[in-house]
Amino acid sequence: MSTRETILDILEEMHSDVDYDTEDKLVTNKILDSFDLVSLVTELSDEFDIQITAKDFVEENFNSLDTLTAMVERLMEE
Amino acid sequence: MQSNVLEYIEETVTRVPDKVAFADDKEQLTFSAFYHGARAIGSCLAARGIYKEAVLIYMEKSPSAIQAFFGTIYGGCYYVPLDEEMPARRIDLIIESTRARVLICDEDTREKAEKLNFEGEILLASELVQTAEDAVALGRIRDNAIDTDPIYVLFTSGSTGVPKGVVGHHRGVIDYIDQLSDVLELDENTVFGNQAPLYFDACMKEMYPTMKYGATTYLIPKQLFLFPIKLVEYLNEHKINTVCWVVSALTMISAFGTFDEVVPEYLHTIAFGSEVFPIKQFNLWKETLPEAKFTNLYGPTECTGMSCYYHAEHTFEIGDVIPIGKPFHNTEILLIKEDGTEAEPGEEGEICIRGTCVTHGYYNNPEKTAEVFVQNPLNPYYPERIYKTGDIGKWNGQGELLFISRKDYQIKHMGHRIELGEIDANVTLVEEVKTCCSIYMKEEGKIVLFYVGDIDKRSLTKALKEKLPRYMLPNVMIALEQLPLTANGKMNRLEMENIYTQQKESRRKKS
Repeated sequence: MSTRETILDILEEMHSDVDYDTEDKLVTNKILDSFDLVSLVTELSDEFDIQITAKDFVEENFNSLDTLTAMVERLMEE
Repeated sequence: MQSNVLEYIEETVTRVPDKVAFADDKEQLTFSAFYHGARAIGSCLAARGIYKEAVLIYMEKSPSAIQAFFGTIYGGCYYVPLDEEMPARRIDLIIESTRARVLICDEDTREKAEKLNFEGEILLASELVQTAEDAVALGRIRDNAIDTDPIYVLFTSGSTGVPKGVVGHHRGVIDYIDQLSDVLELDENTVFGNQAPLYFDACMKEMYPTMKYGATTYLIPKQLFLFPIKLVEYLNEHKINTVCWVVSALTMISAFGTFDEVVPEYLHTIAFGSEVFPIKQFNLWKETLPEAKFTNLYGPTECTGMSCYYHAEHTFEIGDVIPIGKPFHNTEILLIKEDGTEAEPGEEGEICIRGTCVTHGYYNNPEKTAEVFVQNPLNPYYPERIYKTGDIGKWNGQGELLFISRKDYQIKHMGHRIELGEIDANVTLVEEVKTCCSIYMKEEGKIVLFYVGDIDKRSLTKALKEKLPRYMLPNVMIALEQLPLTANGKMNRLEMENIYTQQKESRRKKS
């Protein structure tokens, strides 16, 4: 499974009624709330063995599947 | 002797009328504006013959909402703050319990308010505030007020599914705020950054001292708690020097390397409570702000606010537990064992609280009240009520109290107090569910729901969203053919923990 597909899986578990291919305001539109974000960060860190730090906690990174994937792939390389 | 919390604002408004009392990103109220607006609201209630009863406050967190609380007290009534994100069903239960005839809303909550199952009058705060003050009516109300009168009813999670409303009074709050202010050294220079919602007792730490001393409170926008760097920048922008937050809000900042980017520059007083502070995170905070005072606070809503404090003056070793500490002045802690006698230092017992801080009990619920507001077992001579917290603790060698565990199925999750029973009661209401049991995986901070029923997880989640507040929704759901039972036929929670852990391991192995 690709990184993108794994992240999609995690997101679907949280909210199955969202079209992650087109949605780009997951945080801005409060689709993901504080509980989701904390769970998401924990799952992503565990799943991909990466360290998500405060610098990465910006709205843009969490607003869409694409930006989430980009962030995770960048952190995997570091 | 002070006998009414309104004396706080009355004294302060003469000293610093034009100082900002409460502010958020949309509005701010000076002490003078706050004072006059609250009196106007009180006058409106008096004019409608609303007196010595519950007034529902259904507003977004804002300076105006706090003003509405005080307006209610001016009217000689008690405020019942509602979480505007609470599912309608839960609000219904509260409306039923309080038999309120009036609900105060704001522009943003008005539409939702009108859709509620509420037959009383819905009033708009911004309109109420514009009306004229009736000094005569307010004076009459004030003359008849006494310090044991109720000023609020705060609803907490109920294990049978029905929330319990804790009735607080002037005297308890006055005592609490006096002691808290001493312990945290609050004064007119204090600048608070509030995190707690207004429908929990936690916010009283900022609300009342602000009025007592002429301090200032900034209501921090909720969204900022998702973005730790922005949050710290906000603290610096407003020169916030005092915070009383739940532990999760503090660890959100320290756990992600925020201090590598930005540091709170004005923060000198950090009070925390409600949850255990992971030592690693606490040490990070302590090392980053070595001059700041860190204080652990402990106490249930049923005893007004906090009852014990511990000044954490040094870092800790991993494996240590930060003590709850000593009771506030004018409060006594009794550690009572199962047999009704007091525990010796080193022995475990249930933490019981004695003092003025003990609230009146639960509103309209004598049964639940009698379970935990009981006669002091050490006093056979005259009626004396103490409160049984359900927390197990023990005294260490230095006369400090340590929290050991809960006696029952109450948990602290994401900073919220939750009765697992309340979750179970609501899950059972879903038609397709035959039986269920929720457990809490504390290390992971996850609520895991086990259920037997012909319904998929997505549909069940959807159904639960209409019954439970967001923070009570299970994080993981596991459907079984039947729930594991012990030899006595009770829910086997230990086995459920095993099932959860096994399932997690096998999912890990697959990917």
